[in-house]
Amino acid sequence: MWRCSRLIEVEDLHFTYPNGVEALKGISLSISDGEFVAIMGQNGAGKTTLVKHFNGLLKPTKGRVLIDGVDTRHVSVATLSRKVGLVFQNPDHQLFSETVEDEVSFALKNFGFDEGAINERVEKVLNLLDLIQYRKVSPFMLSGGERKRVALASVLAWDPKILILDEPTIGQDSYQKERLRQFIVQLNQQGKTVIIVTHDIEFVVECEPRIILMKDGKVIADGDAREVLTDLKLVSEASLILPEITQIFVRLNDFGFPRNVISVYEAKQLILERLFWRR
Amino acid sequence: MAVIETSNLTYTYPFAEKPAFKDVNLKIERGEFVLLTGPSGCGKTTLCRCFNGLIPHFYGGNLEGEIVVAGLKPTEHPIYEMARHVGLVFQNPENQLFALTVEKDVAFGLENIGLPRDEIRRRVDWALKVTGIYDLKDRAPFELSGGQQQRVAIASVLAMQPEIIVLDEPTSFLDPLSAKSILEIIHRLNRDLEITVILVEHRLDLAARYADRVIIMDRGQIILDGEPRRVFLDERARLIGVGIPKVVRLYLMLMGDGIDLGRVPLSPEEISESIVEVLTSDRS
Repeated sequence: MWRCSRLIEVEDLHFTYPNGVEALKGISLSISDGEFVAIMGQNGAGKTTLVKHFNGLLKPTKGRVLIDGVDTRHVSVATLSRKVGLVFQNPDHQLFSETVEDEVSFALKNFGFDEGAINERVEKVLNLLDLIQYRKVSPFMLSGGERKRVALASVLAWDPKILILDEPTIGQDSYQKERLRQFIVQLNQQGKTVIIVTHDIEFVVECEPRIILMKDGKVIADGDAREVLTDLKLVSEASLILPEITQIFVRLNDFGFPRNVISVYEAKQLILERLFWRR
Repeated sequence: MAVIETSNLTYTYPFAEKPAFKDVNLKIERGEFVLLTGPSGCGKTTLCRCFNGLIPHFYGGNLEGEIVVAGLKPTEHPIYEMARHVGLVFQNPENQLFALTVEKDVAFGLENIGLPRDEIRRRVDWALKVTGIYDLKDRAPFELSGGQQQRVAIASVLAMQPEIIVLDEPTSFLDPLSAKSILEIIHRLNRDLEITVILVEHRLDLAARYADRVIIMDRGQIILDGEPRRVFLDERARLIGVGIPKVVRLYLMLMGDGIDLGRVPLSPEEISESIVEVLTSDRS
């Protein structure tokens, strides 16, 4: 499980925006090659600011960030992007092309892929994300959820080693969320390092990644989903709520059920066992 | 009395080949809390744009059939007039905010309808307080986080005290605690002020408990329309790919194993009560 190569290394990272807002106040963490991590926490906790340091969009005010051993202060965003793909929370900050196809091929052209490879990759990624029928359509004619998928497609196309998704589930219906989940899990199993920034606790409990909880520019917890997300004190501090299933089991605690249940399947099993055991 | 009524409403965007929705017949009563959901691209956002006249006045296209909102035909009244009756909160708050301070943004609509200064002051303060952003009133909306911006957008609409509030995924940018508090605010506005609420949401786990009625759309049509407990049990809701709350899924899974928990639960509180009941009755 534990992989030695530390792909992302954050050392005492501080960041202050030009307007004086201190968004990150001393973050230290490391993410290994092939890990699946969810960064969670309340609005304004600094989650997006943190991941913007991973592709060099922001540079530390103090401390440093190493990507694959390279200090982000010494390389351009363009160079880092080849390795670190960041999909923004709001697709409208990212999309600008006249057609979905142009949008997805834009970065590939810039990275110098030849035309044949571009076509192949565009087609593959549009199929993968259920967007092939919109190939010639303007991204701005699509719904919010569809635009988010176009933004994801345009990053996935160049196959970065690290994929960062900022609030990927916003505006997605449950079918698309389920597809996204399977998709992320699959990418991760194929060895890609995946980092998601999200509030969507129900989505996270179905993936069970490593959880990094943030509050006021600091990391307040770092561990397994089951351990972190069922801790009411931590969860409330991060402005989250307990997973739906955990909320049930907290109430059933007096009847001898465990509290740290997050999966609906485990919930069913525990309740059935109890009922049949009584009989 | 119906505040929104449509008959055979069909709309096609300019240059689109197919209508975004077709033959929608809908009647929403005053004071109802309606949860409108369905897969992305099903036409729910487009339908909401008709309620305050953005369709057809802003988007153009071809609107057929009948629509009456708050006694007015949006096709015949300008958007600024409809806006006094119908407040629309967009999916993406950035499309809605523009002023240099939060306070000015919230006051904008009120200034436009020419309210006296004191009344504007009073309503702005009220709206900022119920949405929990009073402390941000002097900040610029564009420098706030997504969640804070969404609260500003909601406050701007609330300040107008419209009869109908249409919210298009208003909690999507919010962390769960803030989302919950916003939904509770909307619920209170509905219950205490009898404002009709139309809430477009995918997060049914948080929203279902407040709704009187759930409408599910798919491919431009209304597929299911009724009480939440009944709608969630319908096989079609699951097949369309609507995010049935996990408590309902657990209920259905237990039902499949022969355990009847009685009433369909809409919250963890409700299902744990039913489970306790089954456990204790089993013991006796």
